[in-house]
Amino acid sequence: MKQRFTAVHQSLAFSRRMMLVGGAQAAVGGLLVGRLGWLAVAENEKYELLSENNRVQLIVVPPRRGWFVDRNGRPLAINRSEFRVDIIPQQLEKPETTMKQLARLLELDSDSLDRIVRELKESRGFKPVEVAERVPYEKYAAVTVRLPELPGVQATRGFSRYYPTGPAVAHLLGYVGTASPEQYEAEDRNPLLVTPGFKVGKAGLEKTVEPRLRGTPGAQRVEVTARGRLVKELDPKPDLSGQTIQLAIDSELQEFAARRMGLESGSCVVMDCHTGDILTFVSMPAYDPNSFSSGIGRTEWRMLSDDERLPLLNKVTQGLYPPGSTIKPMGALALLEHGINPSERVYCPGGYQLGNRFFRCLGRHGSVDMHRAIAKSCNTYFYSMGHRLGYDKIAPMAERLGLGETFDLPLVTQNYGTVPNSEWKARKFDENRRLVERPDWTASDTLNASIGQGFLIVNPLQLAVMASRIASGRDVDPRLVGVHKEPAPMLGIPAENLEVVRKAMWEVVNGDGTAGASRLPLEDVAMSGKTGTAQVRRITTGQRGQSGEWKYRDHGLFVFFAPSDKPRYAGSVVIEHGMGGARAAAPVARDVMTFLFDREAAMKNLAPLEEQWGGSLAERNERRAAEIRAAARTQSA
Amino acid sequence: MISSALIPQPLAKLPWRLLFIVAAIAAMGLATLYSAAGGSPRPWALRQGIVLLVFLCIALAMSGIKESSIKSAAFPLYAAVLLMLILVEMLGFVGKGAQRWLDVGPVRLQPSEFMKPIVVLVLARFYALLPPADTRRWRAIWPAALLLGAPVLLVMMQPDLGTALIILFIGATMMFVAGLPWWLFAGAAGVVAIAAPTAYAFMHDYQRRRVLIFLDPESDPLGSGYHLSQSKIAIGSGGLFGKGYLQGSQSHLDYLPEGHTDFVFSAMVEEWGFLGGLILILAFGMVIRWGMQVSMRARTRFSQLAAAGLTSAIFFYVAINLMMVMGLAPVVGVPLPLVSYGGSAVMTIMLSLGLLMALERQNRTASGPGRARIPA
Repeated sequence: MKQRFTAVHQSLAFSRRMMLVGGAQAAVGGLLVGRLGWLAVAENEKYELLSENNRVQLIVVPPRRGWFVDRNGRPLAINRSEFRVDIIPQQLEKPETTMKQLARLLELDSDSLDRIVRELKESRGFKPVEVAERVPYEKYAAVTVRLPELPGVQATRGFSRYYPTGPAVAHLLGYVGTASPEQYEAEDRNPLLVTPGFKVGKAGLEKTVEPRLRGTPGAQRVEVTARGRLVKELDPKPDLSGQTIQLAIDSELQEFAARRMGLESGSCVVMDCHTGDILTFVSMPAYDPNSFSSGIGRTEWRMLSDDERLPLLNKVTQGLYPPGSTIKPMGALALLEHGINPSERVYCPGGYQLGNRFFRCLGRHGSVDMHRAIAKSCNTYFYSMGHRLGYDKIAPMAERLGLGETFDLPLVTQNYGTVPNSEWKARKFDENRRLVERPDWTASDTLNASIGQGFLIVNPLQLAVMASRIASGRDVDPRLVGVHKEPAPMLGIPAENLEVVRKAMWEVVNGDGTAGASRLPLEDVAMSGKTGTAQVRRITTGQRGQSGEWKYRDHGLFVFFAPSDKPRYAGSVVIEHGMGGARAAAPVARDVMTFLFDREAAMKNLAPLEEQWGGSLAERNERRAAEIRAAARTQSA
Repeated sequence: MISSALIPQPLAKLPWRLLFIVAAIAAMGLATLYSAAGGSPRPWALRQGIVLLVFLCIALAMSGIKESSIKSAAFPLYAAVLLMLILVEMLGFVGKGAQRWLDVGPVRLQPSEFMKPIVVLVLARFYALLPPADTRRWRAIWPAALLLGAPVLLVMMQPDLGTALIILFIGATMMFVAGLPWWLFAGAAGVVAIAAPTAYAFMHDYQRRRVLIFLDPESDPLGSGYHLSQSKIAIGSGGLFGKGYLQGSQSHLDYLPEGHTDFVFSAMVEEWGFLGGLILILAFGMVIRWGMQVSMRARTRFSQLAAAGLTSAIFFYVAINLMMVMGLAPVVGVPLPLVSYGGSAVMTIMLSLGLLMALERQNRTASGPGRARIPA
């Protein structure tokens, strides 16, 4: 029998259990104090940091991009202040009405509206989303006065890249644009790259010297509430502008050359033949890098990529052409190197018989020596001499003068072409049977290569380097960045050999030669050069690429240097499908060289030409932009 | 207690030490509310101050009520509040939504808040009526379980898990000190320990996920975990002495949600640091200790049990809230009494304090040194 539970038991139990409850309560109290101490004292540092992360938001301030200036300090690419409108997603209160307002005020098209809505959805926090950049002042003002009713909208001044000479520097400098997702990933998700208004180099020098141009971003530090309201601005970290980069380019010559190219498709390179400084680097036609930098429209892109004159291709280093007769001075140097007497004569009956094949010359030159063979561009002489020497002995000279070479330049791509020889042909036979039909080097291969046809292909920059090396006898390397004074070391080609060739090149322009019409209109300065005409396709039915459809016409090439007696400048002009070096390329070189020695005379010559072409480069570019805008409108309508 | 000839009898009889501590707690709360509003008495501090004063007066008035009146009112009040709970439930059913209050003119009555002191009174009354000999019998358990179970179920259905748990804990504490057999509590704990994992094993994935988030809110940092992690940041960043009054960035910049209600402790510690938090916890400890002493010194079983229950109500309120804001308990929505903004918690605590003061006065004024132990 269990003991009866009395009032005394009850009272004792109550006291005991109250002690227990009180003890438990004290234990909980101790636990709470312990926990408070752990959080507030022991882990204080960690939570303090988290609290600061909450309180302070960093807004990346994109650095100003470094300028490009020419060798005389004239600006080639600068930053122009512009007006821009962004949205801070966290502060946006009425997304729909705000977007409607902005679309009306800024006349946004449906493409950009879609983009903004998508970016707003993806974004979080204080990172702004771009609404529009390069906003005209009137629209900017219209947004600014309505800012109080548009919470979250920011109308600010930013910077945009500006190329004063537009298309003239397109292929030299490239353009800038917003970073692609791949670039963003490649740079470890650098927040700078997705900051609205920040641009990275997309092509040309803008891309290759990006690290030096970029600078260091600054940061605006602001205290914000959880809902994104800005409470106050804290001390900002200033941004550091990118470096100014001086190029070897002469901006005035660059612009003149671009204008002088007119409606033609081609390239013009002028170098200092002692130092290798590239004074002019022009590929035409070109796009307008200014319109690329603010995001190019679909219409403009299509018009550019559909153009058969390839305005998107940098022809200076990416265009490959058979050099034609422009390499005859080089061939002559190879012949001299191997002991052929320059006064030895070859009879030209209008061609050269090799077995049962007759290789044609452009004329019947009769008996010619080396000097006359170059001046008159006689194929027969070089067929015969080349055949005697063999091309494997000529190719090293081609390489020595820069053909087939990839130069150490900050360029995105260089197509280096081919300087063929027997070993190359055997290798190619294994790799590509369509290009090479048999593995052994034949005499007809030599003949073709000797007059700059066949397997030999080069780019215009290589031609300019070749002209420079012949003109100075120095082993010049082309240079784009910086201004150099030190002449390059000598090549080691005997001066008397060079003199033979230079004299012949003088004759081409100033004597009884192929480019007599392109003599400089100056009293004391003469230009020397060599014309070239390169076939685009095999000659059929007597048609020599001198008429017919544009894209089947011959290329016109010209290499040159000046002054003839004391060479200082050298270069190349290639006019695609210009039908002849003397006809299309040499006059451009003449005017460009004239500009270097007498700017007024050159500008005077340019005026009537530009009238004929329908305005200057800037005027034509403006007209084309208007056409693009009109086309874009009819398409979206 | 102050006894001086200069002070009139009724005033001198008030438990001044307790009132001082309560006033100190309320003052800390008001200061925090003033800061949380960005240094402004509106919208919280001023209203809270008025509410505190009103209920303090009510509590002081209640301290004059006789024990016998309280005793006899216990069952009728319990019936009335239970009815109101049922009414709320029905209104919620009709209105197709959860409802916790009744609109009576300008006042919103929240019956579940009343239920906390009332359930204490009714259980105390029940155990006072129960003959000591029956304490270890079945009849000591089932009526109490019924009296406790009905309101707990109704509140849980509202659904207000926090309040339901507090009521349940209060009841359990009272049954424990009333002397109910040990095996009852050990058994209940055992059942929970076994049932919970078993139930978990039979759950669907999404249900499990909810349980896991409930147990570890930080695994869901944008949902309920957001509150907790921001609260821990506020407390943790306070350090030893705090960021300084009106300098709390977490609460002022709205990173700390509910910084004026459930998470008011975090807002306070952010500005006053470990020291401020410690003082507040100690102050609550002193209030609870006072209540426990009232219970220990009580001369009747009813006042013993009632005082123990009312004190444990205050304890559970404070403990659950503080554990919640410091990440020791799931976020269940329990305010910090006297400090959090909101009338209902103030009301509950002030009613409890009023009753405690009444019981304490009876202890002192009851005639005769003989410690009468009358079971009824």
